[in-house]
Amino acid sequence: MKSWNRFKNSYLLYSFKRDPVAIISFCVLAVLGVISILAPVIAPYNTYDTATIDIMDAETPPTWMEDGDERFILGTDIQGRDLLSTMIFGLRVSLLIGVGAVLFQSFVGILVGIISGFFGGKLDSFLMRLADIQFSLPYLIVAIFTMAIFKVAFGIGRYEDLAEPLLIIIIGLSQWPHYARTVRASVLGEKNKEYVEAARVIGISRQLIMFRHILPNTMTPVLVISTIQVANAIMSEAALSFLGLGMPITRPSLGSLIRAGFEYIFSGSWWITFFPGVLLVILILVILLLGDWLRDVLNPKLYKG
Amino acid sequence: MFAFIVRRIIQAIIVMLVIGLVGFIIQHQIGDPVRDLVGERVTPAEREVIRDQLGLNDPFYIQYVRFVKNAVKGDLGLSFFYKKPALEVILAKAPATIELVLVTALILIVVSIPSGIYAAIYPKSWFSRIIMAVSTIGVAMPVFLTAIVLIYFFGVELNWLPSYGRGETVNLWGWESGFFTLDGLKHLILPSVSLSSIMLPLFIRLVRAEMMEVLETEYIKFAWAKGLHRQRVWYIHAFKNTLLPVITVFGVQLGILVAFTILTETVFQWQGMGFMFLEAVERSDTTLLVAYLIVVGVIFVVVNTIVDIIYGFVNPMVRIAGTK
Repeated sequence: MKSWNRFKNSYLLYSFKRDPVAIISFCVLAVLGVISILAPVIAPYNTYDTATIDIMDAETPPTWMEDGDERFILGTDIQGRDLLSTMIFGLRVSLLIGVGAVLFQSFVGILVGIISGFFGGKLDSFLMRLADIQFSLPYLIVAIFTMAIFKVAFGIGRYEDLAEPLLIIIIGLSQWPHYARTVRASVLGEKNKEYVEAARVIGISRQLIMFRHILPNTMTPVLVISTIQVANAIMSEAALSFLGLGMPITRPSLGSLIRAGFEYIFSGSWWITFFPGVLLVILILVILLLGDWLRDVLNPKLYKG
Repeated sequence: MFAFIVRRIIQAIIVMLVIGLVGFIIQHQIGDPVRDLVGERVTPAEREVIRDQLGLNDPFYIQYVRFVKNAVKGDLGLSFFYKKPALEVILAKAPATIELVLVTALILIVVSIPSGIYAAIYPKSWFSRIIMAVSTIGVAMPVFLTAIVLIYFFGVELNWLPSYGRGETVNLWGWESGFFTLDGLKHLILPSVSLSSIMLPLFIRLVRAEMMEVLETEYIKFAWAKGLHRQRVWYIHAFKNTLLPVITVFGVQLGILVAFTILTETVFQWQGMGFMFLEAVERSDTTLLVAYLIVVGVIFVVVNTIVDIIYGFVNPMVRIAGTK
C-alpha cells in the first residue's frame, strides 16, 4: 500500500498522464501483451494442432473480400491456418523471444557491469575490452553468422526444435555490452558514496553491498535500455526468421510468417504478409515510443536528438 | 601519430586473427574437406589416407597456422558446391554488393544531410515534424518489410520498376556492372532505396542533433553578433562542425550496411555476397560460409581502422586517450 502511494505521487506517473503518446503506446502494448499471454484462450483456432488445419482452406482472403470465408476473419495462410490465430501465436513467440533475450542479456550484462565496476583493476579492463570488441561487431551480423553455423551444424530437423532457445541466447549474447557499460558507469558513480561506506563500516559482506545496496541504484538506466533492447531483440528475431535462420514455419514468429507470405505476394495473396507486417511494426513502434518517453522522464540528461 | 597508427593496425591484425580462429574452428568442427573433395562414395580407409595427405590429422595449432598462411595468400579453400576456390566465388559476387552499397551510401548522403539540417534550422516547421515522424516510423520498420512494401507497390501494383535480379550488366575488366545500362540502373533503385531506409532515420537524427548542438555554441552566437548572413552562419560555420561525428558514424555504419545487404539481397534476389551466403547455408557449404565470414571480417576491420585513423588525424584527443 505504501509503495502504491509512492507510485501514485511519483513524477513518473505524473508525466505519464500528461503524455498522450505514452498512454496510447502503453495501452496498445498492454493489450498486445495480454493477447499473447492468453493466446490459447483468445485465438479462434489452435494453429499448433495440425488436426484443425485443412490445406483446402489455404490462401483464403479476408472475410470482407470476394471469396472470403467467415470462419477466417483475416483469411488463411499458405497452409490453410487461420491467419488471425497464427498471428496471435506468432506475436506470442516474438514477444517471448524478445523478452527472453533481454532478460538473458541484462543478467549477463548487469553481472559483468557490477563486477567490473566494483572490483576495478585488471578484471575491469579485461571485461571492458571484451565488451568493446563485442560492441564493435554489428550485432545482427554476429547473430546471422551464429545461427547460420548452428543450422549447418545441427541439420534442419534438430535446428527447428532448438530454434527458440538458440534465438534467445544468441540475440541476448550479442547485446550484453550495453548493459555492462551502463551498469559499470553507474556503479563507479555509486561506489564511493556515503551509504556504501556506511555499509562497509558496519561490516556487511561485499556481495551484499554489491547486490542489495548498489544494484538497486543502477536500475534506472537499465530500465531505459531494456525497453529499447526489447524492440531491438524483436526486430533481430524477425530479421533472422525472415532469412530462414529463425523460427520454423510450423511454429512461426511474425518474421517467419512474413517470410512465408512474401513468396506468395506476386500471386496476389497480400494479406499473409500484410497483417503480420503491420502487427510487427506496431509492436516495435509502441515499444520504441514508450522507451523514448521513459528515457526523457528518467534521464533528461541523456536526451539527445 | 605514428605510434597511434601502428597500435591501431596491430589491433586490427589481432581482431583478424581471432576472426580467423573462429572461422577455422567452424571449418574444423563442421566441415569435412574430404567429403568436399571426393563425395560420399569413398571407403573409410581411403578417406583416412586422404586425411593424412591433407594434413587433417596434424595437431590443431599447426593446422591453424597453415590455415592463416593460406588465408593470407588468398586461399580460403574450395567451395563444396561451386567446385571453385571460395574466394573466387565471393569476388565474383562482390561487385553486385559493392554497387548496392555505393548507391545506398549516395542516397544516404544526399537525403540525410539536407533534411537533417533543415530539421535543425527550423525545428518547429511542419516539414521538420513530418521528417521526424517519418524517421520514427522508419526506425520501427524492419528493412525486409520496407522492401516488400516497395516491391508490392512499384513492382506488382504499378509495375514501374523491376523487383528482382540485377538486370542487364556490362562487363568492365571483369567487373560486372549495372551502372551503365538503363535496365541495370532501374534494377538498382528498389534495393538501394530499401537498404538506405534502415540508416536514413539514424542519420537524419544524427545530423539534426549535431547541428542543433553546434547552433547553440558560442562561436555561432558570435557569428550572429558579427552580423554574418544567415546562409553563411548555417552552411559555412555550423555545418562544417557537424560533419565530423557524421563522418565517423558513417564509416562505422558502412560495415553494418554490409550485414544488412544479406536481408535486402534475399528479398530482391540480388546476386551478391549476401544472397550467396544464404545459399551456402542452405547447401551446408561450410568452406564458403567461413570464407564469407573472413571476407566480411576483413572489410569491417579495414573500414573501422581507416575511420579510426582518420578520426585520430582530425581529433587529437583520441590519440592521447589511447596511450594511457
